[in-house]
Amino acid sequence: MESQNVWLLPVILFWPAVSAIFVLFSNNDRLIKWGSIVASLVPLILSIYLMSAYDYTAGGMQFEVRAPWIESLNASFHLGADGLSVPLIFLTAVLSTLSIYYSAGTIRMRVKEYFCMFHLLMMSMFGVFMALDYVLFYVFWEISLVPMYLLIGIWGGANRNYAAIKFFIYTLIGSVAMLLAILAIYFVTGTFDIIDAAAAKPFADFPPDRALLLGSLVFWGFFFGFAFKVPSFPFHTWLPDAHTEAPTAGSVILAGVLLKLGAYGFLRIVLPTLPVASQYWSQWVVALGAIAIVYGAFVCVAQTDLKRLIAYSSVSHMGYVMLGIGAAANVLTPEGQKAAMETFNLSQQTVMDSAAMAINGATLQMFNHGIITGALFLLVGVIYERAHTRDLSLFGGLSTKTPHYYGLMMVAGFASLGLPGLAGFWAEFFTFRGAFAIVPYWAAFGAIGIVMTAVYILWRIIQNVFLGEYDPHKLHHWTTVYGEEADGPTDMALFEKITLWPLVIGMFVLGIYPTFILNYFNGSAVSILAYIQSLYS
Amino acid sequence: MEGFLNLAWLAPVPPFLAFLAIVLFTNRNKTVSALVAIGGAVISFLLSWPIAFAAFGAEHFGAHPVEGQLFSIPTGNSAIHVGYLVDAPSALMLFMVSFLLVMIFVYASGYMTFPHHLSVADYPLAASQGKDPRYSRFMAYISLFATGMMGLVVSNSLITFFIFWEVMGLCSYLLIGFWYEKASARAASIKAFMTTRVGDVIMLIGMMMLYIYSEPSSLMFSEMLNVHNLEHLAELSMPTNWAVIGGLPIIGIISVLIFFGTIGKSAQFPLHVWLPDAMEGPTPVSAMIHAATMVSAGVFLLIRLYPLYAVTLEAAPAAMQFVAFIGGFTALFAATIAVAQWDIKRVLAYSTISQLGYMVAAIGIGAFPAALFHLLTHAFFKALLFLGSGSVIHGVEHGLHHVHEHSHGHDAHGDEHGHGHHAPALIQRPDGVLNPEDAQDMRNMGGLLERMPRTGWTFIIGGLALSGFPLLTAGFWSKDEILSFAWDGGNTIVFWTLALAAFLTAFYTMRQIGMTFLGAPRTEMAEHTPESVPTMTWPLLLIAPFAIFLGWVGIPGWFGIPNWLEGFLEHHIEYNQFHVAHPHFSFVPLSVSLIVALGGLAVGYMVYGQGLREGEVDPVRKLLGPIWVVFHNKYYIDELYQYTIITFTLLLTNLLYLVDAKWVIDPIVNAVGRFGVWLAQVGAAFDRLIVDGLVNGVAAVTNLFGGWLRNTQDGKVQVYLMVVAVSMMVWLLLRAMPILLTLV
Repeated sequence: MESQNVWLLPVILFWPAVSAIFVLFSNNDRLIKWGSIVASLVPLILSIYLMSAYDYTAGGMQFEVRAPWIESLNASFHLGADGLSVPLIFLTAVLSTLSIYYSAGTIRMRVKEYFCMFHLLMMSMFGVFMALDYVLFYVFWEISLVPMYLLIGIWGGANRNYAAIKFFIYTLIGSVAMLLAILAIYFVTGTFDIIDAAAAKPFADFPPDRALLLGSLVFWGFFFGFAFKVPSFPFHTWLPDAHTEAPTAGSVILAGVLLKLGAYGFLRIVLPTLPVASQYWSQWVVALGAIAIVYGAFVCVAQTDLKRLIAYSSVSHMGYVMLGIGAAANVLTPEGQKAAMETFNLSQQTVMDSAAMAINGATLQMFNHGIITGALFLLVGVIYERAHTRDLSLFGGLSTKTPHYYGLMMVAGFASLGLPGLAGFWAEFFTFRGAFAIVPYWAAFGAIGIVMTAVYILWRIIQNVFLGEYDPHKLHHWTTVYGEEADGPTDMALFEKITLWPLVIGMFVLGIYPTFILNYFNGSAVSILAYIQSLYS
Repeated sequence: MEGFLNLAWLAPVPPFLAFLAIVLFTNRNKTVSALVAIGGAVISFLLSWPIAFAAFGAEHFGAHPVEGQLFSIPTGNSAIHVGYLVDAPSALMLFMVSFLLVMIFVYASGYMTFPHHLSVADYPLAASQGKDPRYSRFMAYISLFATGMMGLVVSNSLITFFIFWEVMGLCSYLLIGFWYEKASARAASIKAFMTTRVGDVIMLIGMMMLYIYSEPSSLMFSEMLNVHNLEHLAELSMPTNWAVIGGLPIIGIISVLIFFGTIGKSAQFPLHVWLPDAMEGPTPVSAMIHAATMVSAGVFLLIRLYPLYAVTLEAAPAAMQFVAFIGGFTALFAATIAVAQWDIKRVLAYSTISQLGYMVAAIGIGAFPAALFHLLTHAFFKALLFLGSGSVIHGVEHGLHHVHEHSHGHDAHGDEHGHGHHAPALIQRPDGVLNPEDAQDMRNMGGLLERMPRTGWTFIIGGLALSGFPLLTAGFWSKDEILSFAWDGGNTIVFWTLALAAFLTAFYTMRQIGMTFLGAPRTEMAEHTPESVPTMTWPLLLIAPFAIFLGWVGIPGWFGIPNWLEGFLEHHIEYNQFHVAHPHFSFVPLSVSLIVALGGLAVGYMVYGQGLREGEVDPVRKLLGPIWVVFHNKYYIDELYQYTIITFTLLLTNLLYLVDAKWVIDPIVNAVGRFGVWLAQVGAAFDRLIVDGLVNGVAAVTNLFGGWLRNTQDGKVQVYLMVVAVSMMVWLLLRAMPILLTLV
C-alpha cells in the first residue's frame, strides 16, 4: 500500500480527545458549546477528505499506520481504513457533528461533562472502525461503553439508572466473551494483528474435528461480543430501555453508530478470521436475523411510546444486517459454495455475486440505518422537547400545525419502511437479493417484516401523530423548544432544521444514487470474499 | 430520430422538478403551485407525444427499441444498469399517460375547491380563496405521482420499474388520505398501502427468484426476457419436494409470484378491497390513479413481461390458468357488486376492478395485444367517467349549498328542507341506508343531463364506451378483441364468464346513467345543480373523442380496414421471437359482443331509463332479494378480513410484546441480573462470616455494586437464556483454555 496521508487517520482519531481536554479546561457554557461544534467539524471535513482520498478502484487497506505499542504483548498501534470502514468513519463524523450541534440547542444541565463525554465517545467509535490490532480494537470498544453509560445515566429520562446499568452490564458480558476469543486467537496465531491473524488461518492445521470445535468456541465468543451490541434477537432487550431513556443525541449515536460496531466486528473479524466456523454456524445467524426482522416489527406495532417504537424498529432493521452477514457466511468455504450451487442450480458467479450483494445489503443497511434512525430519534426529540411526552395517543392532527415537521417525518418514516427512491430500499433489496439465493426460506420469512414495517410507520406513527384533526384538549401543556410556554405545537426551530436536513438529503441521494456509497462497500465485499476464497481453496 | 428518442428518460423529470419546486418554494401560493404542476405535466407531455408519434411513424419500430443507460450500481462483480427503454408498449403508454395527466392536472386545478367537511372558521384564508387549504400540497403530490408513472413507463429494468411502482403507491396513499380529517379517508389510505404492499412483497420474492435464476443474473428487460433465458427458466424446477410447487418449472412459480404485484396494484380478487375505499380521495385522484394510470400499471407489468408469460403459457399452463381464473373471476365478481352500489364513484371503482379483471384474463389466455388495447381504451373512457362523476359530485354539492343558503334566507321553509348544516337524518331503505344530503348517492340525483349538458353528454359517451356500444365506441373493439381471442383459443369458460361480465357492465352503466342524468331530479339539490367550471368541463370534452375514436386503431383486419395497432405490436412481438396469434374470424364472439352490449344497455334502460321515482326502491333489489344484499355488502369480504387477518395480526403484535417485555425475554435478563446480585451477596456473606477482615475491601465493593443493581430490579423472576450465556462462558473457560494452553 502507498504510504500517503499517514497522518489522516491518527488526526481524525485523536482530534476528539484533544477537544475533550479543551472542554475540560473551559468554564463558559457558550464557549464549550460553540467550541465543540467547531471542533467536531474538523473530523467531519477530514472524513470527507478521507472519502475522496480513498481509492476504491484499488481497494484494500489504505492510510495504514503501524507502530510498536505494547511490546511485551506484541500489540502494535495499527490503524487502517478500507472500503468497509471509510463510509462508517464518515457516518460517525456526520452523526457526531449533528448530535453535538443539536445538543448545543437542547442540553442545559452539566454542559461541560456532557460535551466532554461526547468527544470521548466520538474518539472511541473512530478507534473501533480504524483499529487493525485486537488489543487496540478491544480498548476502543471498551472505552465506547463509558461515555454512553454516563450519557444515559446522567442526562437520561426517568428510569435512566436501570437502563444505563442494563446497557453497561449486558455489553460488558459480551466484551468478556470477546476477550476470551481474542486471547484464543492470539494463542493460536501468536499475533494480535487482525489482518495477520486472518492470514495465519487459525486452526487450519488442526485435525478437522478439533479445528471445528475450537473454531466454533472462538466463533461463539466473538458472536456474543458482537451480537449483544448489534443487538441480535434474543439479546436485544437492553436496547429499548437504553434508547428510551437516553437523551436525544445519545439515542442518535447509540442507534446510528454504536450498534454498527457489532456488525462491523462480524465483517472485519469473524468472517475473514473464522470462515469455516462462520459457515458452520451461519444458519443460526441467518435465523436470528430473520426472526429479529419479523419479531421486532411485530413488537413495534404494540408500542405506545414513540421512542420505544423507534428503538424496536432498530431491532428489526439490524436483523437485515444479521441476515445479510449470515447469508454471506454460508458460502464462505468451497463446500458451502458447492452446496448453494447444487441445491439451487446456480453458477459460481451468481453465488459469489449473491454473497457480495448480501454483504452490500448488510453494510448499506448499517449506513442507511444510521442516517434514518438517527433522523427518527432527532424527530422524536423535536416533539418531546415541546410536548414533554412521547405517548402516541396524546398526539394527532400535527400535520396541519407543524407542516415542516410532518414533511421531514414522512421522508424519514418512508425511508425506514424501505420505500424505493429513498435510502432504506437498496439495503433491503440487496440483503434480500443476496439472502434469497442462499437461504431462500429464511429470506422469505423475513419478508413478512417488510409488511409489518409499513404497519407501524403508517398506522402507529403517521396516523397517530399527524393525521386527524388537532384536538387541543388532549394535551394541555406545550412549550417551545426553548422551554417557553406555548398554546400548542410549534413547528421546528432553525437549529432543528439544520440538524435534520442533511440527513433527509442523504436519504434522497442514497435512494436515487446508491452507487455513491456502494462503490466503497461493494469493493470491500468483493475483496473480502475473494481473499477468503484464496486462503481456503 | 434515434437520438431524439433517447430523451425519453427526461419524461419523468419535469413533474419531479415541479414537485420539488412546490414543496420547497411555491407552496404558499396556491395559484403558482397549480401552474407549476400543470407546467411540469405539459412539458412532460410535449416531450412524450413527439417521442410516441416518432415511434408510431417509424418503420418497423417494434424491431428497433431504443435503449440507453444512465448509471450503474455495483453488485459484486456484476452491476445493475439504470437506464431507459422505449419500445412499442412503452410508446403506447407514453401516448396515453402523458395526455391524461395533463387533462387531469387541469381538471384538478378547478376541482380542488374548499371542501365541505372543513369548517370555514378554521381556515379563513383558504375559504376566502375558495380553494382547499392544502391545495399546493395536492399539486405537489400529483406531480410526484406523475413522476412515478412516467418513470415506470420508460424503465429499462424490473428494478427501476418497481421503484416507480412503489413511488406511485406512496402517492396513492398520500392522496387517498388527502382529506385526513375524515376518519374514513385515513383508514382507506392505510388500507390501500397495506393491501398493495402485501402484493408487492410477494412480487418482490418473485423478482428475486427471477433475478437469481436468470442467466445472466439480471433484471434488465433486454437481458432477462430473452428467449434463451426464459427457456432456461422453464427447464429448471423448484429445488424442493413440497406439494403443489415441488417439481413445477421455476418459471411458473416466478410468473405467479410476480402476478401478485398485479393482484395488489390492479385490485384483483382477493386484494381488491382497497380500491373501492380509495374513492375517499379527491375525484381527480380517482380518475388518475385509480382508473387510468396506477391500477393499469399492474396490467402493464404483465404486458411488459409478456415474453415471460408467453413461455409460462407453454411450460407451466397451470400458472396461466391461475392468472386467467383470477382475472375472469374478478371481472364477474366486481361487476355483480357494481350492480348494487349507490355511490356514483363506487360503481365506477367496481367497474374498474371488473375491467382490469378483463385485461388480466386476456393475459391469462395469452392475448397480450388485446390486453394492451383494452388497457389504453379503458384508461381514456374510465378517466372520462371519473372526471364526469367528479363534475357531478361538485355540481350536486353546489346544489346542496344553494339549498342551505336558501333555507337560511327563508326560515319559514326551514322545516321542510332539512336543518341547515346539521347532519341530516339517515333514511333506512330496503336497498341500503340513504343520507339525503350525500352528494355521491345516485338516489339523490336524477335529471342532471339538462342541468349539466357537457358533463352529461361526455359521461354518456364514456358510459357507452365502457358498455362496449357496438361499432362506434372504443370499448367495443377492445372488448371484442379479448372475446375473439378467448373463443378462438378454445377458452370457453373464460369466454362465457367475460361475456356475462360484459352484459352486467352494460347493465350497471345504463343504471348509472339513468339514475344520474335521466328522468326527473329526486331532490332539491339535484334540481339546483349547475354545470361545472370550464377548467373541469374542457378536459372532459377533450378526452371524450378518444373514448370513441381510439378504438378504430385496432379494428380487426377481417373488417376490411388494416389493423394499425396489431401491425405496430406485431413487429415488437416478433422481435422478441414470439409468434403472433391472429384470431380467426368467427360470428360467435362478434354476435355475443353485440348481444351483451346492446342487451345490457336495453335491459338497463328498461329498468332505470327514467331513473327511479322519489322514494322508489331499486327494482332489482325487489327481484333478487337477499342476493342483492350480498352484492350490496360486497360479499362481506371486508368484514371477513377484519375479523380474521387484521384481528389475528394485532393480537400477535400484543402477544409478542408481552413475551418480550413482560413474560419471557426481559424477565430472564432481569433474573440473571438478580442472580448476579444474589451471587454478590453470597460472596459478601462468605466474606463477612468466614474470611472476615481479610478482604473487607472487596466485600464492600461487591456490596456496593450489588446494592446499586438491586435498585434497578422490579420483582419478576425467570431464568434461562442468560444463564445459558453465562454457563457457556464458564464452560468456555473450563474446556477451551486448557486445550489452548496445551498448544502453546
